[in-house]
Amino acid sequence: MKKFDILESSMVPLTVENVDTDQIIPARFLKATDRKGFGENLFRDWRYSTDGQPKEDFVLNNPDFSGSILVAGNNFGCGSSREHAAWALADYGFQVVVSSFFADIFRGNALNNGILPIQVTPSVLQELFATIEKNPAAQAKIDLEAQELRVPEVDIVVPFALDAYKKMCMLNGYDDIDYLLSQKEAIEAFEQNRL
Amino acid sequence: MVSSVANGPDILYIDKHLIHEVTSPQAFNVLEEKNIPLFRPKQIVATADHNVPTENQHLPIQDALSRKQVAQLTENCDRHGVTLYGLGHPYQGIVHVIGPELGFTQPGMTMVCGDSHTSTHGAFGTIAFGIGTSQVAQVFASQCLLVEKPKSMRVSISGDLHPDVQPKDVILYIISKLGTDAGTGHFVEFAGTVFEQMSMEGRMTVCNMSIEMGARGGMIAPDQTTFDYVTGREFAPTGEALEQKIAHWKTLPTDEGASFDTEFTFDASDIRPMITYGTNPGMGIKIGESIPEQNDASFIKSLNYMGLKAGSNMLNLPISHVFIGSCTNSRIEDFRAAATYVKGKHKSPDVSALIVPGSQQVAKQIVAEGLDRIFEQAGFVLRQPGCSACLAMNDDKIPAGAYCVSTSNRNFEGRQGQGARTLLASPITAAAAAVAGKIVDVSQQ
Repeated sequence: MKKFDILESSMVPLTVENVDTDQIIPARFLKATDRKGFGENLFRDWRYSTDGQPKEDFVLNNPDFSGSILVAGNNFGCGSSREHAAWALADYGFQVVVSSFFADIFRGNALNNGILPIQVTPSVLQELFATIEKNPAAQAKIDLEAQELRVPEVDIVVPFALDAYKKMCMLNGYDDIDYLLSQKEAIEAFEQNRL
Repeated sequence: MVSSVANGPDILYIDKHLIHEVTSPQAFNVLEEKNIPLFRPKQIVATADHNVPTENQHLPIQDALSRKQVAQLTENCDRHGVTLYGLGHPYQGIVHVIGPELGFTQPGMTMVCGDSHTSTHGAFGTIAFGIGTSQVAQVFASQCLLVEKPKSMRVSISGDLHPDVQPKDVILYIISKLGTDAGTGHFVEFAGTVFEQMSMEGRMTVCNMSIEMGARGGMIAPDQTTFDYVTGREFAPTGEALEQKIAHWKTLPTDEGASFDTEFTFDASDIRPMITYGTNPGMGIKIGESIPEQNDASFIKSLNYMGLKAGSNMLNLPISHVFIGSCTNSRIEDFRAAATYVKGKHKSPDVSALIVPGSQQVAKQIVAEGLDRIFEQAGFVLRQPGCSACLAMNDDKIPAGAYCVSTSNRNFEGRQGQGARTLLASPITAAAAAVAGKIVDVSQQ
């Protein structure tokens, strides 16, 4: 996993609420056996019409908006557990998703792929949407060590929560699997005791 | 629980791990990349369900990508010593149907699968939840997961259900009241006489859709109904071992007076047959109620997609497709209910009605009970087991713009095919819609 410390970027607004993982990556693209190339089909059916033409009204097709921070409506990532959703976001170039609420499984999948899910209050979320609408180039600065999201031009400075273990993993690029492998003896002892 | 990480999550030991072809290949790749063995292959059961065809399963899969994914599962299972119930095996079926059916699922276990509907197994008082593929790899490597302790929620419903109300209506009712994110961060216990009196099949339908209210897991206290269901199944304990297990299982229910982080109570008599009108499972109403009016953009986007109007009534809405299947409603009891309704009737000529059993064993039982002939005479098409039109990874897709009354779990945009419009309902409501060619309220018939 890639290390994450500080990120400065403009933001992409997706104001829709309850974005489910079927929208992030439709099931028909889940037939791959590796993790590559999902970004092409990120938000496929919102992004392209059935004949493959980009839909002008979708934010990823609007040249005004770019950057590696996705700002999305409440309850982002609900539905299917498909990690392909996190792979698609990462492959497209998103490193952070900001929302007022995340579904559990998506949140875990994002963290396991070096994408930082930042939960803000509904009012901060609305403030962010308003800021981006006014100035699509507005820069946000995310400092993981300080656990802080800033948008200097509108004086937004908000802290965000992340447990100490996950923060350490993100900062160092560690995977859970390496940690679990280091606990093999304890796990085997646990197995002996419960039989 | 093995131990806890300082200032971090707990290490949870996983008793049973179910895998399927879609969310496992990249996890097997991690083992290869890191050159580590699969730690406990005997605690895993694999099946092919998500993208298998539901016709001609004895022939090679037509779709090249699906064929490759299923072949990859077979190869991975062979290489790592995992039991696979693949196509053609008498135990093949939807992962959340075969787990309980084979007695692999038992009360008090911890159980995971790379599939959000793993919450189904909570019907047995099992701690069961869906995980991502990175976590599938973690369980492969260590039989453990790092998890944060969830919050607890209890949804209590007591009283008598209306005779035409099915377990599916109960869970759609709950989600319509609480919304799709109310359960996030929680495990939910369903308590009260309604769930105590429910069959295991019904309990599985309810717990299956816990994830649709955001909850990682759902649970129902194990009782005699649970023990009777588990007893005699292929991988269930027997004899003295079973007696010891049952004695332990009896200690599992929540203590009286236990407190929950969140509690909700509903009255059984308020529940009626339900249907969804929007693009998330929380957008449900009693059939015959008007679609609510709301002004927010996401709500309007949703109704536009569905081609429905706020304030309108869905009774008599013409429909062209019916799907009875999925890990929510593809167990024998679901088909018995549907067959009882359609017996002696015929589907509308404008409707295509698909019956997809959850497993080979359910398919066999359908024939043994003669339900296949009832469906055939009524013009319904009986297919072979798989996830099918629930997520349209195979050829069972609903055309763009068409309304499908579906017993599955998700009405998301495009879930049953690009542009398809899904109306979630119970097996009886789905069967009735197939016969009438439109939405009807079975409780008014």
